Amino acid sequence: MNLLEKLDAAAAARKAQLPTGLSAFGIPIEEIYSPTEAKIGERRILLLGTNNYLGLSFAPECREAAHEAIDKEGTGTTGSRMANGNYSGHRALEMEFAEFYQCRSCIVFTTGYQANLGTISGLIGAGDVALIDGDSHASIYDGCILSGADIIRFRHNDMADLEKRLRRLGERSKNTLIIIEGIYSMLGDQAPLAEIVNLKNAYGSTLLLDEAHSLGVLGETGQGLAEKTKLSSEVDFITGTFSKSLCGIGGYCVSNHPQLDQLRYVSHPYIFTASPSPATIAATRVALRLLRNGSKLREQLWKNAQQLYSHLKMVGYQVGPEPGPVVATILDNPQQALALWNGLLENNIYVNLILPPAAPEGKSLVRCSVNAAHTAEQIEYVCQTFSKLYPSII
Amino acid sequence: MVEINREDILDLLCRRLASFANTEQEITPETNLITQLAIDSIKLLNLIMELEDHFDISIPLNALTDVVTVYDLANLIYRIKSDSK
Ligand SMILES: Cc1ncc(COP(=O)(O)O)c(C=O)c1O
Repeated sequence: MNLLEKLDAAAAARKAQLPTGLSAFGIPIEEIYSPTEAKIGERRILLLGTNNYLGLSFAPECREAAHEAIDKEGTGTTGSRMANGNYSGHRALEMEFAEFYQCRSCIVFTTGYQANLGTISGLIGAGDVALIDGDSHASIYDGCILSGADIIRFRHNDMADLEKRLRRLGERSKNTLIIIEGIYSMLGDQAPLAEIVNLKNAYGSTLLLDEAHSLGVLGETGQGLAEKTKLSSEVDFITGTFSKSLCGIGGYCVSNHPQLDQLRYVSHPYIFTASPSPATIAATRVALRLLRNGSKLREQLWKNAQQLYSHLKMVGYQVGPEPGPVVATILDNPQQALALWNGLLENNIYVNLILPPAAPEGKSLVRCSVNAAHTAEQIEYVCQTFSKLYPSII
Repeated sequence: MVEINREDILDLLCRRLASFANTEQEITPETNLITQLAIDSIKLLNLIMELEDHFDISIPLNALTDVVTVYDLANLIYRIKSDSK
């Protein structure tokens, strides 16, 4: 098979899996009206599948800051942080993140994906070990591959399995980076951080926590799972993204270890890419302020999450293990998941469809993400629609 | 600890992999895991977890890139098991 034939074969396998379902991926959004509504096709659709957890995508303060930055600094930096792309805004945002986490340093990356790639591949290399949760995001897997370290998975959130694997490593556990997420994006469940911290201390390993989905969502000031569990000082490195609750694009790593700064000189995903645009940085700085002071938004977000989660459970849908802004319904096969996804869209609701191998354990997911901007009426409408569709799906 | 040899591992693998083969197919050390057996990436990862439990070892994902046949997998398990003693 030549290169193009291999792609044809992959495309054929995809079509065979779900002949009518291909339109579910990369659905064209014609116009975006607000954090909760968009035009898809000819219809006004309720958005229940975004990562806009605090509903800040149209915050006037952020838009104003972005406009001003474009006028003052132009549309792009045209260069790396290590060359001509290191503006005062980038440095200020790093200081603000470090201050927010009460950490010694912060590095800002161009995307959250690159934050994981750059941090992981900067911290470990050939001969070291990446010990990662089996449900980890692709950016974590890819960062590990780029690093050249040995990649070992432990069963998702299974502490006995993690301990077994640390024990088997023997002395190598001291050259091991354990990687977990605050909230897992597939099922919306949280990592058992206290137990993980105990294990990493007992075995002398290093811990990296990706707060991509928990930033703005967990903790008094929205730092994430480490703040919620009061374990910030026990986590060696925290990564995260601007692309979810902060409604920008970019990523960061914060740490108290002074060695973090060395990553600027070795990490290809940091060096060999252009820095975030001035508008992105300016909007993110303002969004971070809103996020820190966003306890009202968090309250609303969790109220919406609880309401949807308990309703789906009550109706009989199989849902993730605990409530949270990511509310996943778990279906046994792709056909069922597609039918539910289509049913929701016919009722003007957009959610995410996740099929194997992207979904854990060969299951299929119809994943809802609620945000703080959803009104009580919108959530109620979604609940009603899920109830109405249940008999025809399950 | 019981001594372990490649043949025992191969034996166990052939028996375990039978569930991925069709009825008339015989599994030999030369059987190609991907092209001759119906193992997709998820099934393979689950199988690896099961083997890890059985042999009390961790098999790094990156080590699997060189594994094509049943023999390769047995050899990898044997190497990791011997190193861990
Ligand atoms: C857990 C996790 N980490 C990292 C990322 C990457 O973030 P970004 O989209 O900003 O590149 C994502 C985004 O999907 C994610 O879910």
